[in-house]
Amino acid sequence: MELAHPETVLLDDPARVAEIAGAVPDPELRVVTIGELGIVRGAELAEDGRVTVTITPTYSGCPAMDAIRDDIRSALAAAGHPDVEVKTVLSPAWSTDMITESGWAALERTGIAAPGASGTPACPRCAHGGQPVTPVLQISRYASTPCQSLWSCRSCLEPFNAIKKL
Amino acid sequence: MSELLALGDDALIAAQRLSEWVSRAPTLEEDVALANIALDQLGAARLLLSTAGDEDELAYLRDGPQFRNCLLAELPLGPARGDLDFAWTMAWLLLLSSAQLLRYTDLAASDDELAAGIGAKTVKESTYHLDHAHQWTLRLGGGTDESHRRVQEALDSLWPYAHELTEGIRDRWLALVEPILAEAGLTRPADRWQPEGGRTGRHTEHLGYLLAEMQSLHRAHPGAQW
Repeated sequence: MELAHPETVLLDDPARVAEIAGAVPDPELRVVTIGELGIVRGAELAEDGRVTVTITPTYSGCPAMDAIRDDIRSALAAAGHPDVEVKTVLSPAWSTDMITESGWAALERTGIAAPGASGTPACPRCAHGGQPVTPVLQISRYASTPCQSLWSCRSCLEPFNAIKKL
Repeated sequence: MSELLALGDDALIAAQRLSEWVSRAPTLEEDVALANIALDQLGAARLLLSTAGDEDELAYLRDGPQFRNCLLAELPLGPARGDLDFAWTMAWLLLLSSAQLLRYTDLAASDDELAAGIGAKTVKESTYHLDHAHQWTLRLGGGTDESHRRVQEALDSLWPYAHELTEGIRDRWLALVEPILAEAGLTRPADRWQPEGGRTGRHTEHLGYLLAEMQSLHRAHPGAQW
């Protein structure tokens, strides 16, 4: 009996290719995937089987982009697609609104706050459902990656990163 | 002269200048901030230069007269070559990022799809740079006598170079910058001489030193990769 090779299944489903690409963890924020961050825009399959994955940068100078391209190629190579082109597009420009709900949840679990509607994030340690919001202080408008700023909680005194609103 | 190349060169040279601050800023937070702004500038430069040709060839293999950046971008970030002065740097960033914000806003509205995409991306980043320079201008202008003196001196020295920087957008630029200076209690410098030449490849002596450092590795090891 001849079993269908898994790659023949992948080849005719761009959504599945995008899903594999989107499952790649962000090289700098390993707790979220690039799909959850809104970096993967989609995938296309040409008639000759060539795969094109389209991504968009969070910040134009984000140094993780090269690693992201490599990781997408490796992930798809492991799934049976050695010939993958990763295309970068700028429009529409990435914004924090493109981060998915599960992305925000994963970020918050690891102590990285959302920017907050008013531009002030809530302390990820102290702010849980129903708890009163503790006052926070911005320590630095920039932090360890281009997409974050650094804050500290006036209640628990712990510093934390927040995603900058973009 | 392609406008995208000129803007790309402004961003590239500004990125190299700002990166001189890495590990030397007054506080760790500001070190991170200046490095991040340099990184944004480099990102914008890569997008803009890629519209004009191969980004590496353009960045590493051109000589001074082939660069089209405005003179302001290449000036040292202090009163003399080799100096790094924080107030000076913030005055420089205020003038530069406000002009970049206007240029990128225009780019975002252009008919060219690629240029519009780059503009929409970079306009968000320059807004943040200008805000950073704005906040520091207020603190330095309204801080101590020494901080006020330094930022005012920097403004007086850099102001003439803003003529070339803001060619064609002067009125809109003044409308953006003058209120910030007033808010910070700083004197808007008088318009005096108007040095220019960067857009046609006639640069100050400072660009040569900057390029020597920026290009040395690539020229010694062509095609080198990390």
